[in-house]
Amino acid sequence: MTALLLHRIGVVTGIPMEFQFGTNWSQFARATGGVIGQPLAMEGVFSFFLESAFLGLFLFGEKRLSPRAHWAAAFLVFLGSWISGFFIIVTNAWMQHPVAYRILPNGGYEVTSFWGLLTNPWALIQYAHNMSGAVITGSFAMCAVGAFYVLENRFSESGKIFLRVGVIAGLISCITQIFPTGDIHGRYMAKHQPASVAAMEGLFHTQRGAGIVLMGQPDEDKQAIDNPLLVNNVLSFLIYGTTKAEVQGLDKIPRDQWPEPLPLLYYAYHIMAGLGTYFALLMVAAAVLLWRGKLFATRWVLWPLMLSFPLPYIANTAGWMTAEIGRQPWIVYGLIRTDQGYSKYVSAGNSLFTLLGFMGMYSMLSILFIVLVYRIIATGPEKAAPALVAEPITVA
Amino acid sequence: MGFIWFWLVAVMIVAYVVLDGFDIGVGIVHLFVARTEQERQISVRSIGPVWDGNEVWLLAGGGTLYFAFPLLYASAFSGFYLALTIVLWLLIMRALGIELRMHLEGHVWRAFFDGMFFISSLLLAVFYGAALANVIRGVPLGTDGYFFLPLWTNWQLGPQPGILDWYTVIGGVLALVALALHGALYLIVKTESQLQERSRLAARYLSITLLALTIFSLPATMTARPDGLQNYQHYPVLFAVPAAIFAALIGILYFSRKQKDREAFTCSCAYLTLMLVGVAVALYPRLLPSSNDSANDITIQKAISSPHTLQVGLIWWAFGMCLAVMYFVIVYRMFRGKVSLDSSGYGH
Repeated sequence: MTALLLHRIGVVTGIPMEFQFGTNWSQFARATGGVIGQPLAMEGVFSFFLESAFLGLFLFGEKRLSPRAHWAAAFLVFLGSWISGFFIIVTNAWMQHPVAYRILPNGGYEVTSFWGLLTNPWALIQYAHNMSGAVITGSFAMCAVGAFYVLENRFSESGKIFLRVGVIAGLISCITQIFPTGDIHGRYMAKHQPASVAAMEGLFHTQRGAGIVLMGQPDEDKQAIDNPLLVNNVLSFLIYGTTKAEVQGLDKIPRDQWPEPLPLLYYAYHIMAGLGTYFALLMVAAAVLLWRGKLFATRWVLWPLMLSFPLPYIANTAGWMTAEIGRQPWIVYGLIRTDQGYSKYVSAGNSLFTLLGFMGMYSMLSILFIVLVYRIIATGPEKAAPALVAEPITVA
Repeated sequence: MGFIWFWLVAVMIVAYVVLDGFDIGVGIVHLFVARTEQERQISVRSIGPVWDGNEVWLLAGGGTLYFAFPLLYASAFSGFYLALTIVLWLLIMRALGIELRMHLEGHVWRAFFDGMFFISSLLLAVFYGAALANVIRGVPLGTDGYFFLPLWTNWQLGPQPGILDWYTVIGGVLALVALALHGALYLIVKTESQLQERSRLAARYLSITLLALTIFSLPATMTARPDGLQNYQHYPVLFAVPAAIFAALIGILYFSRKQKDREAFTCSCAYLTLMLVGVAVALYPRLLPSSNDSANDITIQKAISSPHTLQVGLIWWAFGMCLAVMYFVIVYRMFRGKVSLDSSGYGH
């Protein structure tokens, strides 16, 4: 049930993206259609059909299918979603780090190597990082429901299963999120998008033995971090593996190529990294307690597990903001500036109209979503309400 | 290559209209033909396992269109900006209407979501018809291949038309009636007793209206696009398409009366397919004609992706489509036959 609700809301809120390349970014869409049209069309052909067809089978076919076939239908829905994620990341990765293309005489772009596009190193590492983040989100949602049941002492047998699965999946995904995926992603960015990394870290001046800012407020005019909480040498070490290495600061980058808005990028990155660290610490603590058989009685861990479920959504959003603002002022890094990509003939008034409409609609959707998910959780997995039929809550 | 991709995209659009057409149609007629809660549940259940997959043809078709004809995608999507955004909102509302009715029990909520399902289906049909009519009439394309259309101006044809004018409204109404009929015929196939009887009655009125509208749309189209017959006059054999359209309409009337329900539904599929083929034949090789200067028409040649891209595309597209067709065969076979409420675990 929950899986269905999450999936439906995910699908309907995702459809607009397929359209927006054309509606709002038509100059960009026209120039790069020969490249990113490929993964976008493949997403439709290979993943959306798979996902939607087998979702229908999964939901309506329980009585007509053997348990094994029913499980296979669920698995194919999962496969479809993950394939979809891959193609959309290939698209984004090409915008972050264009490969396997050539520029045509009319100013358009063409793929020179199909496999080169699909195996863009940036895409592979970004995909791993992104999907690991998705598993974190799922694990935290599962842990939260489990902790809620155990703390309430209702449905606690199911709650314990949720916690066990959630903590193990959470521990693995929280670690892979930082190492290797986050680590490699960061180094790769430092190599290919030095401006983004400098802005993310708030590094205004090129430095040997650059430190990492844990907290502080960037001041663009003074080109400094206010109230910095700094750990020396760590940034150099993280990027180059030695504490003495020189890290390029924003002073090496022409002013018109600084990512904007810089403070938002800086905060997005710090929120993502800070939350990621918290997730890993919490999951390590929970896993140790689970190992020792004490988790279900340890309230000081169950409480944060229950309350932390919104945080991975925030961390994922902040991560995407880091990627997208970090790429500015480019829509395709180094090739097309964002102000050359928008739809010329769509006036600001028209786009504001649609933006407000989407904001209104998505706000209503979120309220509806929270109410419905809470009702399903409160009903519990063991007893079904009249209109809801017993279907175990599954990982979305 | 251009010829192949033109027709491949056309096939995907036809698949979308024929398949999603019947679930949109069910949305339009279900308020009238399904009176009790049980009948409402049966109507929604009849499309429950398949509507989402049907809708994917729109997304996959849009993606393929972008891939094969980037200029057309960029130009049309930004030019029809407002209409497309509204279509997106309607698609979201429709999905919620279908899916949330069983999450909130109580007849007030159900009536609310049924209404949402109805209104969004109705408006989608009108918008799709109007969209097609816009493509036939043409849009005020500039030399750079772009345009922007407001939702309406003075409701007239002419140099500065809106998305809605008298001609495109006719297109919208025609699509509304055609899809409502398509949905009613589908319900007749999938249901029994009273619900089926009321669907039969609806189908009878709708099919006569559709016949009248189809005849009326011919002179209207000649007014909106005077050169629309060029391809037909060049290859008179193509007149078989409009002839077949009328044959399909007669088929719908005949088989409905004989209560040969599957045959009637098949004729309706044929009608929708042939109408679209008729338009595609008239437009070829234009993808989006200009309403003021035919030199600005977006043609296959202007909009097509580079040959290497398209050759690679042909391989994965063919492979992916075989898979997709296979999924559809599995799903439709699994859910063939009349809908009943006791056979599935899912809470409609």
